[in-house]
Amino acid sequence: MKLSKRIFAGLATASLAVTVTACGGSDSSGNFDDTVTVGILHSLSGTMAISESTLVDTEKMAIEEINAAGGVTVDGKSYKIEYIVEDGASDWPTFAEKSKKLIDQDGVPVVFGGWTSASRKAMLPVYESKDAFLYYPIQYEAQECSNNIFYTGATPNQQSEPATDFMYKRSPAAGGDFFLVGSDYVFPRTSNTITKAQVKQLGGKVVGEDYLPLGNTEVAPIISKIKVALPDGGIIINTLNGDQNVAFFKQIQDAGITPSNGYYVMNYSIAEEEISTIGPEFLEGHYGAWNYMMSIDTPASKKFAKSFKKRWGNDRVVADPQESAYNMVYLWKQAVEDAGTFDDNAVREALVGQTFDAPQGPVEVMPNHHLSQTVRIGEINSEGGFTILEETGVVEPQAWNQKHPSSKGFACDWTDPKKGEKYRL
Amino acid sequence: MQLIFESLFNGVAIGSVLLVAALGLAIVFGLMGVINLAHGELMMLGAYSTYITQLIFKQVSFLKPFYDSYVIVAIGIAFLVSGTVGILLERTVIRRLYGSPLETLLATWGVSLILQQFVRSVPLAYGSGLVITLFFGLFAPLFISDDLLQGAKGKLIRASTWGFSALLGVATGGILSSLVSKLSRASARNVDVTAPSWMRGGIDFVGITFPKTRLLIILITLISVLVVIFFLDKTAWGMRIRAVTQNRSMSDCLGISTETVDIITFGIGSGLAGVAGVAVSLLGSVGPNVGGNYIVGCFMVVVLGGVGNLLGTILASFSIGIMTDLIGAGRLLTIWPEMPSPLYSTIDFFATTSMARVMIFALIVIFLQFRPTGMFPQKGRMVES
Repeated sequence: MKLSKRIFAGLATASLAVTVTACGGSDSSGNFDDTVTVGILHSLSGTMAISESTLVDTEKMAIEEINAAGGVTVDGKSYKIEYIVEDGASDWPTFAEKSKKLIDQDGVPVVFGGWTSASRKAMLPVYESKDAFLYYPIQYEAQECSNNIFYTGATPNQQSEPATDFMYKRSPAAGGDFFLVGSDYVFPRTSNTITKAQVKQLGGKVVGEDYLPLGNTEVAPIISKIKVALPDGGIIINTLNGDQNVAFFKQIQDAGITPSNGYYVMNYSIAEEEISTIGPEFLEGHYGAWNYMMSIDTPASKKFAKSFKKRWGNDRVVADPQESAYNMVYLWKQAVEDAGTFDDNAVREALVGQTFDAPQGPVEVMPNHHLSQTVRIGEINSEGGFTILEETGVVEPQAWNQKHPSSKGFACDWTDPKKGEKYRL
Repeated sequence: MQLIFESLFNGVAIGSVLLVAALGLAIVFGLMGVINLAHGELMMLGAYSTYITQLIFKQVSFLKPFYDSYVIVAIGIAFLVSGTVGILLERTVIRRLYGSPLETLLATWGVSLILQQFVRSVPLAYGSGLVITLFFGLFAPLFISDDLLQGAKGKLIRASTWGFSALLGVATGGILSSLVSKLSRASARNVDVTAPSWMRGGIDFVGITFPKTRLLIILITLISVLVVIFFLDKTAWGMRIRAVTQNRSMSDCLGISTETVDIITFGIGSGLAGVAGVAVSLLGSVGPNVGGNYIVGCFMVVVLGGVGNLLGTILASFSIGIMTDLIGAGRLLTIWPEMPSPLYSTIDFFATTSMARVMIFALIVIFLQFRPTGMFPQKGRMVES
């Protein structure tokens, strides 16, 4: 009895110690006048945990870096950043619930969080009703512009549009017909609506599209359709999600849909992390479009990859979503310092116009709460990375897509009270 | 003509994945009447066995020359792994719930969640160690003569076989985790089985590409079906299983050990789930949720074919496969492009993977309205009981 009690007490102390260190963040030895606690809200369990936990790692690293460099300076006082990590559990209502907890109970000035569009849509009403601020780091379908969300991922005109242009004009399959494949949810369908409009403008032809229900890995009917629609090769735009890509690429290779037979796949959801899971031997010769790729040969990019590996292990990779997550922590810090307060409304005003030398190159916060950033097209190579083929200049974000029929001619501007969320250009 | 061949092949390819997945369920659900919602997770264990076998063949030097044949070894291992776990499940959970389908359904669903979480949070090396412990612990007493297992001495011997199996399991876990570093850490990440090079690509024949993995899956399915039919029809144990299925109490009276029959039937059904796991791992990635994606399809096939009838299961899976290809790939549109436009647009509307699924489910619902017991209903006295 006595022994088990002692063991229990020991376990309790140990778990307490773990929680304390987990919540307490890094202990850098600098002298700070005060601390500020921010919220981190991603899925640490469930299906999305694999992807989202990499963002938590990156955000922690950015916070530790800032602390090591002296923290946030507001009004002459230096603040150490601490963080509370909450688990969204891959369950969208949980994201809303945890957001409420972070805002009301913990009183955090900012929350870094989310991955899927569904989780963002679930959180949006919470932040709008409480007038709080969410920083969201993922490339997404746009068609949204909230005063209470700051989007650091790419909008379609910063990813799919330059990619479609490249495929139609300059890829080995230039001038060929398009076939669109995606998982059956909002991002692929919106993205493909835009692609269809763009292909029509370019003078090309979309000869087929199909959506795989989430969780389904039987792609044989899609393969037959591709072979009927594109008998002699062509361009395939792929917006499949997660594991479905593995089934897709394994099976199309067996069916002879390969670059050597004239089929080129452009992917919007495959970054370095996914390449290593699927296996480069299935992906070699196909393409990807991102703002950040690990193979960018600049000191900033190399430093980012190196410090991430140093912090979390040599086998880890960095990819576009992580870079966005990294940028947003720094942009928040800069905005707070410029505003001279942690107050949301002042920070929001100071945020627009902030620039940052990100690993991908310079980025700037635009009045529509999105980032202007560089777009890169890469060919997947046998080492599991991208060979960068071309780089656009800095592309400004469109919260309301100009090729999508429902949002053509609209824009968003939060710096002008008369314009706001959606105004006619 | 070529179109018909291609469509037929695709239908058979899709159908054989369904069939190999549903075959074990047809035995467990069809013959024993057990609604086993953990069937998908037994498939998942089979898929992970393939992954582990692949890694071992890659790492261990004396097995390296035989890397190309690891898939065949994996089929055997997957059968044993899933069969062992299935027998444990039968002994501990299902045996106590015979005759109460709702409780079985809930309990096996719980087991499926436990198994999913197990592969997420336990390093695969120690997971395999545990399976080895179970395997020897459960089967070793079968090879010890009955006299030795009687009385107090027997208890000691039983305990020591478990102790020995546990040691063996710990040793396996330790060796595996030191040998293959990928297996030594728990990870919720999906893993990938790569087919050996001779199985990649396709064979071109009369203008159609036949993917080799699909051909292999069709072969695995064919062999599994033949072996199961042979076992049930021609062997003594097969006859006993059929006897117990038809009339449990009468078989019991005639001296058939119904308990042993239950163990064997459930073990074989679960083992076949493991074989299905190997097939599935060749098509997509392997993760904790891989089985869950197939379980609905499996039940659909068994119910459509008629519970308790293997031939029905076979026909049902191939007809679903061919329908999936006909509707989902829009074959009718290619065959008859000049059809009247309202019909054309209707068929075009259903010619996507999501809508084809909706359509097939709708057709099955309609079919079951007219034939509630499926394609081949069971006839005879046992139906009334």
